[in-house]
Amino acid sequence: MRRYSAFSLAREAMRSHTGWDKQWDNPEPRSRYDVIIVGAGGHGLGTAYYLAAEHGITNIAVLEKGWLGGGNTGRNTTIIRSNYLYDESAGIYNHAIKLWEGLSAELNYNVMFSQRGVMMLAHNVHDVQVAQRHIHANRLNGVDNQWLTPEEAKAFCPPLNISRSARYPVMGAALQKKGGTARHDAVAWGYARAASARGVHIIQNCEVTGIHRGADGAVTGVETTRGTINAGKVGVVAAGHTSVLMEMAGLRMPLESFPLQALVSEPVKPVFPCVVMSNSVHAYISQSDKGELVIGAGTDQYTSYSQTGGLHILSHTLEAICEMFPMFTRMKMLRTWGGIVDVTPDRSPILAKTPVKGLYANCGWGTGGFKATPGSAHVFAHTIARDEPHEINAGFTLERFRTGRLIDEAAAAAVAH
Amino acid sequence: MSFTPPPAAYRVAGKGRLSPAKTVSFTFDGRRYSALEGDTVASALLAHGVHLVGRSFKYHRPRGILSSGPEEPNALLDVARDATRRQPNVRATTQEVFDGLIATSQNRWPSLALDVGAVNDAFARFFPAGFYYKTFMWPRTAWERLYEPVIRRAAGLGTAPTEPDPDRYANRFAHCDLLVIGGGPAGLAAALAGAKAGLDVIVCDENAQFGGSLLAESRAQIDGEPAGRWAETMADQLRAMANVRLLPRTTAFAYHAQNMVSLAERITDHMAAPDTDAPRERLWQVRAERVVLATGAIERQLVFADNDRPGVMLASAAREYLNHYGVAVGRKIGVYTACDSAYAAAFDLAEAGSEIVAIVDARDNPDSALLARANDLGVKVLTAHAVTGTTGRRRVRSMTVEPMHQSVRRKVEIDALLVCGGWTPSAHLFSQSRGKLAYDAANGRFLPDAPAQNCVCVGSCNGTDDLAGAIAEGAAAAGGEAKVDVAEAPSMTGHLIGAAKGAGVGTTSKAFIDYQNDVTAKDIRLAVREGMHSIEHVKRYTTTGMATDQGKMSNLHALAIAAEALDAEIPQVGLTTFRAPYTPVTFGTFVNHARGPLFDPTRRTPMHAWAQRNGAVFEDVGHWKRAWYFPRGAEDMGEAVNRECATTRQVAGIFDASTLGKIEVVGPDAVAFMNLMYTNPWDKLAVGRCRYGIMCREDGYIYDDGVVGRLAQDRFHVTTTTGGAPRVLNMMEDYLQTEFPDWKVWLTSVSEQWAVIAVNGPKAREIIEPLVKGIDMSGEAMPHMSVREGTICGVPTRLMRMSFTGELGFEINVPADYGATVWDAVWARGERMGMTPYGTEAMHVMRAEKGYIIVGQDTDGTVTPHDAGLSWAIGKKKTDFVGIRGLARPDLVASGRRQLVGLKTKDPNIVLEEGAQVVADPNQAVPMTMIGHVTSSYWSQVLGHSIAMALIEGGHERMGETLYVPMANETIAVDVCDPVFYDPDGGRLDG
Amino acid sequence: MLLIRCPYCEEERPELEFAGAGEAHIARPANMSDISDEDFEAFFFIRENQKGIVFERWRHIHGCGRFFNAARHSVSDKFIVTYKAGEPKPELTDEQIAAVAGATGKSGK
Repeated sequence: MRRYSAFSLAREAMRSHTGWDKQWDNPEPRSRYDVIIVGAGGHGLGTAYYLAAEHGITNIAVLEKGWLGGGNTGRNTTIIRSNYLYDESAGIYNHAIKLWEGLSAELNYNVMFSQRGVMMLAHNVHDVQVAQRHIHANRLNGVDNQWLTPEEAKAFCPPLNISRSARYPVMGAALQKKGGTARHDAVAWGYARAASARGVHIIQNCEVTGIHRGADGAVTGVETTRGTINAGKVGVVAAGHTSVLMEMAGLRMPLESFPLQALVSEPVKPVFPCVVMSNSVHAYISQSDKGELVIGAGTDQYTSYSQTGGLHILSHTLEAICEMFPMFTRMKMLRTWGGIVDVTPDRSPILAKTPVKGLYANCGWGTGGFKATPGSAHVFAHTIARDEPHEINAGFTLERFRTGRLIDEAAAAAVAH
Repeated sequence: MSFTPPPAAYRVAGKGRLSPAKTVSFTFDGRRYSALEGDTVASALLAHGVHLVGRSFKYHRPRGILSSGPEEPNALLDVARDATRRQPNVRATTQEVFDGLIATSQNRWPSLALDVGAVNDAFARFFPAGFYYKTFMWPRTAWERLYEPVIRRAAGLGTAPTEPDPDRYANRFAHCDLLVIGGGPAGLAAALAGAKAGLDVIVCDENAQFGGSLLAESRAQIDGEPAGRWAETMADQLRAMANVRLLPRTTAFAYHAQNMVSLAERITDHMAAPDTDAPRERLWQVRAERVVLATGAIERQLVFADNDRPGVMLASAAREYLNHYGVAVGRKIGVYTACDSAYAAAFDLAEAGSEIVAIVDARDNPDSALLARANDLGVKVLTAHAVTGTTGRRRVRSMTVEPMHQSVRRKVEIDALLVCGGWTPSAHLFSQSRGKLAYDAANGRFLPDAPAQNCVCVGSCNGTDDLAGAIAEGAAAAGGEAKVDVAEAPSMTGHLIGAAKGAGVGTTSKAFIDYQNDVTAKDIRLAVREGMHSIEHVKRYTTTGMATDQGKMSNLHALAIAAEALDAEIPQVGLTTFRAPYTPVTFGTFVNHARGPLFDPTRRTPMHAWAQRNGAVFEDVGHWKRAWYFPRGAEDMGEAVNRECATTRQVAGIFDASTLGKIEVVGPDAVAFMNLMYTNPWDKLAVGRCRYGIMCREDGYIYDDGVVGRLAQDRFHVTTTTGGAPRVLNMMEDYLQTEFPDWKVWLTSVSEQWAVIAVNGPKAREIIEPLVKGIDMSGEAMPHMSVREGTICGVPTRLMRMSFTGELGFEINVPADYGATVWDAVWARGERMGMTPYGTEAMHVMRAEKGYIIVGQDTDGTVTPHDAGLSWAIGKKKTDFVGIRGLARPDLVASGRRQLVGLKTKDPNIVLEEGAQVVADPNQAVPMTMIGHVTSSYWSQVLGHSIAMALIEGGHERMGETLYVPMANETIAVDVCDPVFYDPDGGRLDG
Repeated sequence: MLLIRCPYCEEERPELEFAGAGEAHIARPANMSDISDEDFEAFFFIRENQKGIVFERWRHIHGCGRFFNAARHSVSDKFIVTYKAGEPKPELTDEQIAAVAGATGKSGK
């Protein structure tokens, strides 16, 4: 792998950039691999990378039905934070933050991780209580998160409307300074390049149409649009399509797939210095390095694989944005898109072995999987390589829906009464 | 002092449709210019010979006006009416001039002509596509501290508005039989045919005038009439029909499922002095039986070296500037084309007096009729030639012409260069509707193929380029027929996609594909070389097609160059997805009325005005405004709450409980239904008695709670939490309608029907009793937890004896319309006796003193009735209720669950923070093992110490244990105790 | 925004009037307290989540208030049929499914 640096860039500039290698290969699939990862998003490519880099397993294929990074990795609003309530969640998201901090250097690919701070607004007494509960739990878990008064919140994010006469006035905010954003495509590309350099086969335009199991029930490989590919271990990292894939192995999942939309504005000069989220009025916003305001909406109310959603969902989000930032009504929506998010009943992921031997699931990230990418990939690689979970993902089992041991972050932020 | 702007030197007398009598003036970068009414900012600037209007995103190259429509990538200006009505990134090509308009160029410093950022252009070789992924990685923190801020300042075009927007926006829903999108020849024909057939028709067009491509026409005739006149006649005819709605300045920007199309109508942005009551823009959400897409086609540039200098312009744009606006875009004009249509522009300009120095045609054998006419007009045509370069800094000064198959260069002086690489059908909306596109290799274009909804494409967006054919196709799409005689319509034959001569493989020139994002042909090739083999990767890596024009001119070029580099056919490489909106739409259009108080409805109780008059501070609970506390004089919140609590416990307090949800459950099977919905048993609840009920979901976690009164054998008055009312009723309806549809039970939401006045305190009975008739309120006749019907102040009431404070308490339910009156009467008596009004905060304190939970505060969706210490509320003999099975799951019966307990701080003066975490061992290192958290915490005035409730692992077994609450600066020791702090025997409930 | 036919009101109304209510035809076990943990998991948590035809529940919450069922294609989001609560899951024909599966036929050229 040719190293990227200011020097290599300068050298190539002198010869019209003709010397750059392919960032990843596009090989023909072999008939057999040690591990197959289904889904070449950030989590899947990252899993392959860590399998190769940390577990010595390089005979890996990452199968992708479309183009790598083209699913939710390339469609999300790139918010990264770890100020979750429960130990399990704080554990995995904070593990991710630590990996994010070194990721550009590790992959030799600038993923533009920018710890610009994530501020979550509180609009009523209940919000304040929930925020404080998080802040206290985070402090004892070693996760940074601090309370800001409305004035401090405005100082951190000057466009914020903290007028007391707003329909839902800002009563304060929880700020995670280590939170921020990263460049989503670069995450997929950086992992793809680093994995490819270690011998991992990334096979695009290769849709899995079946999962083969042997007489003992264990996985033996997959059927694809490019033929049968064998492997003793198959990790499914397919987000919204997980139910479809798992059904091929006879597994029914506690998942539903919903449309999730996002939008960007036209690019403008820097106006928005951080990430702001509001659960009460339902909106997330940041500004990309390109200058676009990046805005995330909520899910539609019905399951769908269409990658589109209702206009009223976007409108509602923009209403919330303009309520918090009234000067933005004259900003223009440039582009909207949708993804398919797989949601578990407790809104926490499944990152685990399955009842089928050799079949592993990494799914259920709902609307917030991007932030976990390196952490998720890292522990999933461990789970596949050792056939047992890492201590960090030990709680994210499938069995919890039978035992009732849920990790219910959403319930913990129960609706105000 | 009046200033007369200089005359418009490039306005051609006798050309165009604008009236020279109607002049307005505007400023651009502080200079004042004249314009004609109907001009766009672009046409007005061109009339003054101004081409340089902007700087590109990355290299800050000088850029001019390239087009005459919404595809414009370069001419983006900041346009303002006044200080608060300022809009960045406005296309000069679509913004109509109004008197007083203030236009300012963007992305340059210190000035448009002298831009420091242009140094980037000199170092462009260091900034190829995706360069930022390869560098800025060392040292680790430098990206954020050093590089990113620089990149951010460089990025972005305009500056965001900083003031709240004073303008209004509106919203309309509409239904129609036929929605026609695009008011060009095909669209007008479709609309008229539909209208004549009696259909309800809406026809929209993004421009101020209907006519589409015909507005640029000079020679074409339809049925013997000039084409422009024909369009006007058609539009007039439509305007006169009652079943037609014409929407000019209205862009159909998104095509949704089930034939819903969103339109953005721009209402006032072209007016000098709009009615201040008029909305600026209006969102139309149109549901159409059938949609006709007559969206036309967009001309492309040619991809050659330095094809971006100001003065380089699409040929069709130049033609429209001449024929519609009466502006010649240059005096010495070169033309570089691969398509017949550019000839019409050249001929019209030649006839209008501009010199056409040459038509450079990349093709070997253009149509001989065109060549003949060129010859007649004295215009030189160089066939099989290419333009391989240009010069000129702020405006193009020359073009370099080469024969296609030799390298003999000739420099020709020009002041404008018209380019045409052919036409791209506007399939955006069709594609958004999920119709499939098919590649037409012969003509180098994607055309609509299989539709996914009831829509049909007509005219040039469907590849039907001949005018008569387009009109016939339009009419046919609406079930009609139109046969017109067309003469002298221009041909759109010929195309060149991808790199032209001099910009091909191995060249290093800057041949721009995406002007705004500064993406060149070689950037596309670099992306492919680096393994970006999907067109989506190419797009994202190079950012081609991602600027504010969303690649309307560039996408096909990028695709062709990528295909060539991949040695693949164009359809194999595939298209990127067409995403809404077609052109950018203001957030205000989507938000429209939902701003400020209309952002979300506000619910107020009948006693709201009284609370306001009496100084209440309110809190938001769901949609409700609830009185939080009633400060007197200089009291702060704590002082007010202490007083409210003390007075209530010593005398009495009055509280507005109207926001509680109320559901009437009625019918012969009402008891069975209550047994199902609540964990409690209801069979033995006597008529006239009340019971505290707990509701779970099937998973066994507490969902809601409330006091239920039995009014009759078959009638229950159910109360819910304030926020829970809708979802409790929804859950009840769900079970009743879908699981037990045969049960005879009727559910009615009566939350809004009853106002609820709670009077608590030792004197509660004394205050209320004289006002009540028909109810024996004595302790014997009306014990705690009972309900009676009678009258109060002559108004019917459901009077409940219950308490959420631990004091003797009554809740007076009266019809909402009488709530304020009865409240006044109760208050009048109570005030004399020393009663206080109290708000939700005092209510919270007093209930916590009694250990009563608040669902959603002391429970959080992971708490079972057992966890909350409410096992007594589960009917032990019941064989079914919602949650019965969930409660029996392994983790819900395991030991060590978090259970609700009381906490007393060792130091009685310390009030714990709600949400604070509890640990057993305060000396452990981070991450600490947390065993619970504080759910409620208050200063208890009556007890003289702080109180708290907490969910603690195995809490019920920890009574008396000392635990710790580690705060940032100190660790607070607490004792676990019973959560009932006050009057544990309940004696005070009897006053 | 979807357009949904309420089988009780017998007309198509915009999605804004409706509340989605999840997968249809999951009957609550009559012997609820006796079922196994696995059965409870299947009843309460496991979902079909089909890519293709889904059977789902809606409530006409800002209309007649009734719950009803729908068969919809989860890729095209087109409805095949809506029907009243309690009615059996309809047998869908191949033609019905094909009609909602995506782009069909040629445009009128």
